[in-house]
Amino acid sequence: MSYLSIQDLEVRLTNGTPLLRRVSLDVEPGEVRALVGESGAGKSMIGKAVLGILPRAARLTGGAILLDGENLESLSPKARRQRIGAKVALIPQDPLTALNPSRRVGPQVTDRLVDILGWKRSEAEMRALELLEEVHIQAPDRVMKAYPHELSGGMRQRILIASAFAAEPKLIIADEPTTALDVTVQKQILKLIRDMQQRHGTALLFVTHDLGVVSKIAQTLTVLYAGKVVEATDVGAFFAHPAHAYSRALLAATPKYTDPESSLTPVPGSVIAAVEGEVAAFDAELSGAGRR
Amino acid sequence: MPIVRALLTRLITTFITLFGAAVIVFVVIRVVPGNPIAMMLPPGATEADIDRLKTLYGLDKSILEQFLIWLGNVAQGDFGTSITLRQPVYDLVIGRLPATLELSIMALLIAVVLGGAAALTATLYRGSRVEGGIDVAGGIALSLPDFLWGLALILLFGVLWPLFHISGRISPSLGFDFSSNFFLFEAIARMRFDVVADLMGHMLMPALALAIPLAAIILQLLKQSLKECMHDDYITLARTKGYSESSIILRDALPNAILPTLTLIGVQFTFLIGGTVIIERLFSYEGLGNMAIDAVINRDLPLIQGIVLVFALLFTLVNLLVDMTYAALNPRLRHA
Amino acid sequence: MRDARGQIRRLPGLRLWLSGGWLTFLVLAAVFAPLISPHDPLAQDLFAGRLPPVWEQGADPAYLLGTDSLGRDVLSRMLHGGRLALIVALVAGTLTCLIGASLGLIAGYYRGWADLVISRFIDIWMAFPPVLFAILLIAVIGTGLMSVIIAIVVIDWTRFARVVRAEAMSQGAMDYVASAQVAGRSRLGTALSEILPNVLPTIVALLTLEMGIAVIVEAILSFVNLSISTDQPTWGGMIAEGRTSIYQAWWVLVFPLFALFLTVLSFSQLGEGLKDHFDPVLR
Repeated sequence: MSYLSIQDLEVRLTNGTPLLRRVSLDVEPGEVRALVGESGAGKSMIGKAVLGILPRAARLTGGAILLDGENLESLSPKARRQRIGAKVALIPQDPLTALNPSRRVGPQVTDRLVDILGWKRSEAEMRALELLEEVHIQAPDRVMKAYPHELSGGMRQRILIASAFAAEPKLIIADEPTTALDVTVQKQILKLIRDMQQRHGTALLFVTHDLGVVSKIAQTLTVLYAGKVVEATDVGAFFAHPAHAYSRALLAATPKYTDPESSLTPVPGSVIAAVEGEVAAFDAELSGAGRR
Repeated sequence: MPIVRALLTRLITTFITLFGAAVIVFVVIRVVPGNPIAMMLPPGATEADIDRLKTLYGLDKSILEQFLIWLGNVAQGDFGTSITLRQPVYDLVIGRLPATLELSIMALLIAVVLGGAAALTATLYRGSRVEGGIDVAGGIALSLPDFLWGLALILLFGVLWPLFHISGRISPSLGFDFSSNFFLFEAIARMRFDVVADLMGHMLMPALALAIPLAAIILQLLKQSLKECMHDDYITLARTKGYSESSIILRDALPNAILPTLTLIGVQFTFLIGGTVIIERLFSYEGLGNMAIDAVINRDLPLIQGIVLVFALLFTLVNLLVDMTYAALNPRLRHA
Repeated sequence: MRDARGQIRRLPGLRLWLSGGWLTFLVLAAVFAPLISPHDPLAQDLFAGRLPPVWEQGADPAYLLGTDSLGRDVLSRMLHGGRLALIVALVAGTLTCLIGASLGLIAGYYRGWADLVISRFIDIWMAFPPVLFAILLIAVIGTGLMSVIIAIVVIDWTRFARVVRAEAMSQGAMDYVASAQVAGRSRLGTALSEILPNVLPTIVALLTLEMGIAVIVEAILSFVNLSISTDQPTWGGMIAEGRTSIYQAWWVLVFPLFALFLTVLSFSQLGEGLKDHFDPVLR
């Protein structure tokens, strides 16, 4: 049985504009599935729907999300929250804003263990040290006591990765975790995520728009266009024989570093680009993210 | 260290401000048409008597001379003698200051609790009618000054439902012997909770009157600050970890939202202290403000001088404290 | 999901109407006070002392809102008191606005030592408790309507100066000012024609606020008997009397207090409404 099973998921804005249209995708235990598409295609929205952090302007209007066989929407908000907290984790996109600037980073790695899962503070501290070592942070005992602004972007992302693995979740959703980083750091972080995923056997839903990243880390991928699934297959099969026209266009658009003379081939047509802008506008008007 | 230098600069500007205030008051009240000396003497006083008393109080010298003499005395701790009350100004001021301090601090605490709770509630229920209602209440509270709230409270809880005292600082029938003038602190320290209850019964209404406008400002500011924080990414991340909305607001948003609110509270607190002048009068509360009004009406120059100086000192101290607290709490400044 | 706050948000229209309504009523009452007052506000009648308002027991229908300890009609006194309140609000408010805004404009636009001096003064002013300062001034220059107005201007000019200074400084740095100067306008001309229109909405909003403050300051001054020198009735004075006889004749305190409440609230809400109306972000 898939660990995560999204079935015919429909997400719309409050004014009716569809963001996700009958999206289905599965993630097996221990599998790394990439979720690919352009900006505005809705890939982040899928992750947010699962995690229960859809923006206030959007709501789930159809379909089901099954986590370990359990329908998440059938749970009370509190139970859903706790289930997610225990079994799923997020690696966010921007390490510069995803840490609380007023608190030291150490507690931020393991806070959910203490507050939600009932660990003792001393146990959590030890676990935090272990995790920081695992993500190759030098002098972890000193870093633990630091504030976010004292650390580089790369270090902060490592801390966020450590935090994601803290409760040994069965599923991690990585929302473009390398996009906001320097190119030099991107490779290291990607390798780190891959290594940790293999070591812990966690299922990984890796959201990205970069096919190069997909080839390095994923086993399967799902391609999203304008809120709809366009193709879902093995990575190998995808690169060899892309089935859908859009997939082919995506591949063609990928810059070929081996052939500097070739010109870039843009993907024709445009995604519902306004969609993400609309969401942001609604968000600003109604303020705050939703709690589901 | 940059922080030390910033604080030193603040100290210097503080002194300049105090000095300027002292000068202004000194000059202003000596341009007085009324003659305080004449008011002190019985009707049959001669010119010579008036002149002699003038010399005694140094009022026969030029303004500049008087100012320098006064400055010199102040530097030695001598604030002169009150013309109307015939006691050293220093003693009178020190005698009444604790009452005003207790009242102001109590008002500040009430304002923080009320305004803070309202802001947190409005954030928790944002977008609902609860928030709308809180906004309206806050708007009304903000529009009306402490004077009007004081009168309203007198009517409500003094006359209509007489729950609290509307006059004085303590019931004379208690007959409790205080060793300091910090009645409330002393009563708490000595565990005499019956006395504490009586003191609070007297202090609550004036403190509340002072607190309401400040609470409204805190509400506005903190709510805005919290709202902005709630958009941040670390808040979203906290939600995925399983935290409830209320614990997120308290644990993650509040510490970040408080800092910008702090400086404004400091400034507003000085306004609150200024408000004690009329509120103490309204409630016949024996504090500094009440004494100040009488001093001014009676043209008691040395006393006015001393009280104004104390108020100015208080204001600048509060501002300094706020700046120091801000520097201490902001992790970014600490390591800058 | 519509924002439920919107249901309350729609109230601002309501709030502008209510405050405008009360203020209009006040203006009319004040203007026609001598004509519509049932009695001479100064006329005493010791046999008619402390009569309750007409709906209470033992009232005299000739005195709708009752009488005070000296038998003076509360309603008539309130109408005449309203006159004074309005005069103070309009004159003192406008004067404070003009002087404060001008000083702020000079400080913010011309900068240099003008700014230095004015800013220092603002700081020193902030070190004074306003009420005490006002009382001090009155004690110095004597009581009377002029004195009250002067006192209000002196203690509150900083309110306008700070805001206008800040606006002028930020506007002055903007391109359109530079281009105006390049086009050969004099500095004063630039200040007035380019900066003023942008600062005006804030000033207007503050002005209505200031009028409310002026009414309060006058009320506080008359409460401590330092307002006008004649025995013309003032709301503050009535409140002071009412405070002393609060258990025996609550109406002497309640009605002028109520009038004060409504007036200050109206000025305040009018100012807020105007500020929101002019705020380009909300438009």
